[in-house]
Amino acid sequence: MNERWTRKDLLGLRELSIDEINFILETADAFKQVGAREIKKVPALRGKTLVNFFVEPSTRTRTSFELAAFRLSADVINITASGSSLTKGETLKDTAKNLEALHADILVLRHSSAGAPQFLAERLKSSVINAGDGAHEHPTQGLLDAYTIREKRGKIDNLHVVIIGDILFSRVARSNIFCLTKLGARVTLVGPSTLVPRDFEKLGVTVSHKIDNVLPDADVVNLLRIQHERQRKEYFPGTGEYTRLFGLTKARAKMLKPDCLVMHPGPINRGVEIDSEVADGSRSVILDQVTNGLAVRMAVLYLCGGIAT
Amino acid sequence: MDAAAITKALRRIAHEIIERNPDIRSVILAGIPSRGVEIARRIADFVRQIDKIDIDTGVIDVAMHRDDVGTRRELPVVRESNLPLPLEGRTVIIVDDVLFTGRTVRAAMDAIGSFGRPARIQLAALIDRGHRELPIRADYVGKNLPTALEQDVQVRLEQIDGEEGVWIK
Repeated sequence: MNERWTRKDLLGLRELSIDEINFILETADAFKQVGAREIKKVPALRGKTLVNFFVEPSTRTRTSFELAAFRLSADVINITASGSSLTKGETLKDTAKNLEALHADILVLRHSSAGAPQFLAERLKSSVINAGDGAHEHPTQGLLDAYTIREKRGKIDNLHVVIIGDILFSRVARSNIFCLTKLGARVTLVGPSTLVPRDFEKLGVTVSHKIDNVLPDADVVNLLRIQHERQRKEYFPGTGEYTRLFGLTKARAKMLKPDCLVMHPGPINRGVEIDSEVADGSRSVILDQVTNGLAVRMAVLYLCGGIAT
Repeated sequence: MDAAAITKALRRIAHEIIERNPDIRSVILAGIPSRGVEIARRIADFVRQIDKIDIDTGVIDVAMHRDDVGTRRELPVVRESNLPLPLEGRTVIIVDDVLFTGRTVRAAMDAIGSFGRPARIQLAALIDRGHRELPIRADYVGKNLPTALEQDVQVRLEQIDGEEGVWIK
């Protein structure tokens, strides 16, 4: 494995090498251990300023980045779309330039437009971390999902990972696909044909529209949230019908292997894409994902923010 | 320094650790990755041979406690730290291959402090090459090796490097 990290930005997982992905996962092992210490804080990013710039609302990702930054001794400011000058007509670039003039070292960006983090990364000296851009990528979510699979199953290579739900609009699905296929997993996408088009097979995955055919062979089931805010009527069959056709119900969960992992990036819609009994059941690693997200984000902030620019 | 000299030096350090620590069971040998971890393992082996006692060993990674983050163009991998807890009342001996500026040792002391408050911290190094930049000295030294600042001291260990010895370049 390449034993060095040289990137200042994390924009997506598509452009990372297998070595770079493994490098982040191994670094996350070290940072996960920090959570078990008496003093859960290390001085790695002391004196650095991190700006959480969330143009799209998100509580869980933002607080995860914020806590990760605290544990690395960085100073954090949070800016949300409604509280920023973007609502007064300032362009994204001008806002970011202003943040840089305040000597922000790391910019964590959540934006509704795909490519916004790259746009800024090319123009700023600061590190830019993509915290989700449109339907493009959500790299730290892809990494924490891979980390959780690797932790629980000891490997990723040759595992069959089934991703169910709204793939078309999902940056989580894309980051998962890039990451898991690089690490040797077999990936199957499941959902209605409107939300899981055959085109995805070009990414080296299998597409299925029949959940019951796929579940018995799954080593990991990753359920994506139905993004009501992005849905248009013509794509989506309706909540009741979706649950009947693609929900991981208590009855369907009986088809799963005993050691199959059940994952969900949250927030979960209980009774829609997953039944409560399954979300809280023995196969569920949903809360491990939250814990691991912190370790993975600490690793990413340390690596990208700790590089000389 | 060849393999036999390294073995002799580490056996002597084991004797000194036993002599200086009457409560040898309270000792934890904390190696700094990667060669410090192997050296700690070997010293623990010698203590076992000499005193028939298994002492605790651990790993203390210093990367996230270093003071030069943000000044390097590439970062090495961070390893997981692992110490037997709690540290209260214990003697933690930091073990490294080469003692040079002392900055790594300072970072190691800082890292140990985040796990708890040991009764005392000591320092063992296979090689002390001088050129300290901080007020730090070793309690146990395998060999003092006077060097010029621009020279490079390399410790190679069979289990990690496939060969054994100390070279100055």
